Amino acid sequence: MAKAPKPVTNRSRLHVPEPQFRPGDTPDYSHISVPADHTPARPDPLCEHHETAEHALKLIRVLRFNGEAIGDWNPKLSNDALLGAMNDMMMTRAMDERMFNMQRQGKMSFYMKSTGEEAVSVGHAMALKNSDMIFPTYRQQGILINRGASIKEMMCQCLSNSGDPLDGKSIPVLYSFKKHGFFSISGNLGTQLIQGVGWAMACAYKNEDGIASVFTGEGATAEGDFHYALNFASTYRAPCIINVVNNQWAISSFQGIAAGEGETFAARGSGYGLATLRVDGNDILAVYAATKWAAERARKGGGATLIEHFTYRQSGHSTSDDPSKYRPKDEARHWPFGDPVERLKVHLIKLGIWSEEQHDALAKSCKVEIRDIYKSAEAMGDLSEKTNVNDYTMFEQVYERPPEHLEAQRRMFSEELDE
Amino acid sequence: MTDVKTTSMTMIEAIRDALDVTMSQNSDVLVFGEDVGYFGGVFRCTAGLQEKHGLHRCFDTPISEGGIVGIAIGMAANGLRPVAEIQFADYIYPAYDQIASEAARLRYRSNGDFTCPLTIRTPVGGGIYGGQTHSQSPEALFTHIAGLKTVIPSNPYDAKGMLIEAIEDNDPVLFLEPKRLYNGPFDGDPHAPAKSWKGHPLGEVPAGHYSIPMGKARKVSEGHDVTILTYGTMVWVAEATAAKLGLSADILDLRSLLPLDIDAITQSVKKTGRCVIMHEATRTSGFGAEISAQIQETCFYHLEAPVERVTGWDTPYPHAQEWAYFPGQKRATLALRKVMDGV
Ligand SMILES: Cc1ncc(C[n+]2csc(CCOP(=O)(O)OP(=O)(O)O)c2C)c(N)n1
Ligand SMILES: [Mg+2]
Repeated sequence: MAKAPKPVTNRSRLHVPEPQFRPGDTPDYSHISVPADHTPARPDPLCEHHETAEHALKLIRVLRFNGEAIGDWNPKLSNDALLGAMNDMMMTRAMDERMFNMQRQGKMSFYMKSTGEEAVSVGHAMALKNSDMIFPTYRQQGILINRGASIKEMMCQCLSNSGDPLDGKSIPVLYSFKKHGFFSISGNLGTQLIQGVGWAMACAYKNEDGIASVFTGEGATAEGDFHYALNFASTYRAPCIINVVNNQWAISSFQGIAAGEGETFAARGSGYGLATLRVDGNDILAVYAATKWAAERARKGGGATLIEHFTYRQSGHSTSDDPSKYRPKDEARHWPFGDPVERLKVHLIKLGIWSEEQHDALAKSCKVEIRDIYKSAEAMGDLSEKTNVNDYTMFEQVYERPPEHLEAQRRMFSEELDE
Repeated sequence: MTDVKTTSMTMIEAIRDALDVTMSQNSDVLVFGEDVGYFGGVFRCTAGLQEKHGLHRCFDTPISEGGIVGIAIGMAANGLRPVAEIQFADYIYPAYDQIASEAARLRYRSNGDFTCPLTIRTPVGGGIYGGQTHSQSPEALFTHIAGLKTVIPSNPYDAKGMLIEAIEDNDPVLFLEPKRLYNGPFDGDPHAPAKSWKGHPLGEVPAGHYSIPMGKARKVSEGHDVTILTYGTMVWVAEATAAKLGLSADILDLRSLLPLDIDAITQSVKKTGRCVIMHEATRTSGFGAEISAQIQETCFYHLEAPVERVTGWDTPYPHAQEWAYFPGQKRATLALRKVMDGV
């Protein structure tokens, strides 16, 4: 460096946002007002996009904390559908719990839970057709469970064993299930958003009825791909839903780092001319209702909707993360919108179709069912010692047909094994 | 350096120390990236820096690699010395345009009117079961860019000195950190107990400011049978393999890929007449191809055998097949035997 070093000063006008609470603080969310009445009203799904401008700033809610479901967003689901929702959420939670613990025992390299966000994935899936293509992140396993994907196959993927449909090519949780309308998950954040818009444009081009539903965490909305997606979706009126799951955290950074401290994530859509809804993501009925609305709009040619699902990431980011390093330990308990499973439970009890005993029994039976499926998955191997997939599969699916140089490398590899 | 106190450090601590030293000496040095502020980085390289130097000097950014490098360019052009972290090299591609078209060419395009003294730190390489998106070694995509420098240390001592040098350089520097070496040397055997930097001479890091000139290779071992040219994690694989085979190997840790220490390379290859290049990155158009071409240009009449390359396969980095993909000691052995068979 040519110049002499400059003395250090600590004065600066540069603004850097900070979360309200850090480890050691007692979280107090009294400033987040929980709307008592369930505004705003439900407009016609084919309304002008600006008629949803206020929906981007408020919060669509159906379930009250006392278990009542009210307002014109109430989807009035059948008892069977409600009980099915409970089952799917509990199964998702039980699976996450089991896989997390098994990762801790060294059975797989990594895992990511969706605890606290089950209403977003399950409620969303319930409101779509199974053929609608989801472009997920790594926290929508509830969609697969709702769509009846094989939990054993999911587990085998995480265990990278001989039952892994991806032959060990991807890290755990980055599933691909075309047969269940579930696009291959990328580890590179945000990339799926604009691809989902393209998928939807193809649906429109082919005059098909299908739509695409794309997901991102609030943190990854900072990627350019999110903005590409909003722009293209608007320009071509792509039949899609763009979901921002605002679980407050992106690994260690709070949502204010992604967006600044001004508007909501839903409001990002207004400037692009998209319909915008902001929904209580711990209220499965509200998630369902908002998704139904957006799906109808998309299918009928009204174009894309941006939905912000306002929720909370109860667990660490992944098994590699320790959230007590950057947020208060008990923050989840203070979250003013509660827990999605509890919220639905109170509703079901209020309806008289559920009881604490039944709830506990279901929790237990989910645990047992997941344990049994896990055992049968682990019988096909795990990653704790050596891989149970055939190593040569690493040369497959790079191209449709391997070019000669890759065949040569395959031969070099077998020489190496003989060594 | 007889009087300078040294401390045993991991590569993580050495990198942190380099940042701390430069931040303490120069208020123009800023450190930022995803999760680097309060949390201190997913690999802890920036732990404690925010607390010590202030919120405005070590902070979190939105998840936007293009944005991170973009602001770094603007800051650098405006007189600061930003050190931007990209959480994994696998996520650097959204920033590729800002790096390749902008940072690297700002000086040239403005004919020296604007400059870009920017450092981009990013972890590279495999060995941690990170799969396709936490394992890549994309150095060749960057050494192909005129106007950019690319360096990669293989131990704590070099990491600190090279990072300080990078931060003080007036051109943009890409500083690659082999993540498998963060906590200890790694000879390619995943089943051996993990080694730590504690007690290793290269884990002894001097206090305060020192720098290692860019473009200078480090001689790992002196030998006369064969030259091994390598960098990053593969330095340790090369050393272990040569020792096992009982070869007298002249091993160069290149450290700086661009600028490249062609003098050291030429000298060594002319002496041994045999050369193996080792890197983790995929083979085709990898940096080994560039080295091999330069050797052909400078040492052709001294070569006793064709130059061999030990590399990752030309596939994406698989998850479960990590150790079948990784160019470990077996692959290195086959290549070394091949060049030695000419004897
Ligand atoms: C392009 C890219 N940059 C960085 C990362 C590393 N990374 C993985 S998840 C994550 C946080 C994402 O937060 P958010 O979008 O809020 O999703 P959440 O994890 O909360 O569901 C980061 C930074 C990545 N995978 N891809
Ligand atoms: Mg998030």
